[in-house]
Amino acid sequence: MTQYLLSIYQPDGPAPDPEFLEPIMRDLAALNVELQAAGAWVFAGGLHPAESATVLRPSDGEILVTDGPFTEGKEHLGGFTVIEAEDLDAALGWARKLAGVTTLPVEVRPFQH
Amino acid sequence: MGDHGADDAATEADIARVFRLEYGRAVAVLTRTFGNIDIAEDAVQDAFAAAVQHWPSAGVPPSPAGWIITTARRRAIDRLRREASREDKYAQAALLAAARSGTGPAPAADEQFLAEQSGVEDVDDDTLRLIFTCCHPALARSAQVALTLRLLGGLTTAEIARAFLVPEATMAQRLVRAKAKIRDARIPYRVPKGAELPERLQSVLAVVYLIFNEGYTAGPADSPARSELCTEAIRLGRLLASLMPDEPEAAGVLALMLLIESRRAARFAADGGLVLLAAQDRGRWDSALAAEGQELVRWCLRRNRPGPYQLQAAINAVHSDAATAGETDWAQILQLYDQLLAVAPGPVVALNRAVALAELRGPVDALAAVEGLGLENYYLFHAVRADFLVRLRRYPEAAEGYRRALALAGSAAERRFLEGKLRSPAFGGAGAV
Repeated sequence: MTQYLLSIYQPDGPAPDPEFLEPIMRDLAALNVELQAAGAWVFAGGLHPAESATVLRPSDGEILVTDGPFTEGKEHLGGFTVIEAEDLDAALGWARKLAGVTTLPVEVRPFQH
Repeated sequence: MGDHGADDAATEADIARVFRLEYGRAVAVLTRTFGNIDIAEDAVQDAFAAAVQHWPSAGVPPSPAGWIITTARRRAIDRLRREASREDKYAQAALLAAARSGTGPAPAADEQFLAEQSGVEDVDDDTLRLIFTCCHPALARSAQVALTLRLLGGLTTAEIARAFLVPEATMAQRLVRAKAKIRDARIPYRVPKGAELPERLQSVLAVVYLIFNEGYTAGPADSPARSELCTEAIRLGRLLASLMPDEPEAAGVLALMLLIESRRAARFAADGGLVLLAAQDRGRWDSALAAEGQELVRWCLRRNRPGPYQLQAAINAVHSDAATAGETDWAQILQLYDQLLAVAPGPVVALNRAVALAELRGPVDALAAVEGLGLENYYLFHAVRADFLVRLRRYPEAAEGYRRALALAGSAAERRFLEGKLRSPAFGGAGAV
């Protein structure tokens, strides 16, 4: 079994309306239950907005602390799920569900083990 | 050369032939045995190096494939045992995988094993697994193509780099990254089933046809490595069609490639310029390749499960049926393009359909059909449109079209063809370019 990080990327800007988010959060909770029932769930969490991030950067023997996020782009990491799966096809199967539920792009990456 | 007389002695050509036929199958079997592509490749290369040493004197063994697989397996196990004793975790994992596969550390008698029907089926299954792994959608298309040529075609990294006009170091890095992704992300070694299969098969067929197209665009002025891609793609197409007899699209892509390839000798003029279908010397078409393609098209028609490759093959079969360009059954071609547009809508299909429309209903309808296709960056769009304009005697617009096509054309053969068009007296002669 391999563990995979499923990162959910969301566009920058204000959060969507609660009426839009509410069914998504409900489906997401149901997916987490499904992952747990299948023994594939390791960890999952949503993150506060990217503006809440702080970056620490080693420089000349010092650690500089600056306001985040680390990369400025059009999207940021909105949340992630860690799963355990037999192989990439199985992981992609779960990631497909996650992308469908969140309506957001999902990146799948294997953990080193 | 050897002690066994000229009949038994293997020549370099014999070994090269076995290599072409068996390299991919051997890598496929060894990949399953050891669960690792790099180990499989190294082992199969070792085995062929051993064949080059032994076969010239000892002769080609009765089952060359069995000999290669047995030798590769033994050498891999010897090497892995040495590495495993030095705490190499990949080597240990590979030995474990080999032991689990049941034919591991004590190699079974592969020659008998392969001779039995079940053994051949196993090799076929492994070959299909390797094809689907190489063409896995989690890999970039360029990596899928490179892996397929490397692992199934046995092409060297240098050969693939030459064929795709990239530096060898770039191609080497592309292959290393792709194999690392297969290993690290655990891309499975499996033939997809059920609902997954159609989409995954599309990816495999697209890779084979892309390899063919790379070779197809190469003219006499290009390196032979490029046109040899067509031969390689057809070899892969035959393999795929034989391994997936229930998939008419696999037969379709093979038929399409055979029919297009049958016209290779007629497709280029003496000066290296492109010769369009209508102007080709049909006596120079390869009738054996065409007949094979047409037979496959008929087989597909009987199966009655049409798909984009089968329909394109059928269109090409209609062209191959016509002894002269004037005898082309354009009505049938238009009907096939209508079907193709229904299953695979797209502007390039619409452009090709317009060519048939021009033959049947004239250039006015055809010109109207190509407006608004959004193909302004595609050289053939301008060339086809210019051809309709010539038929309407709208020469200045036609010349402008050919010039725009010339600016966008990718290959030397295409450019030579378009320069020839622009030298036509209708455009005021030689000065028009």
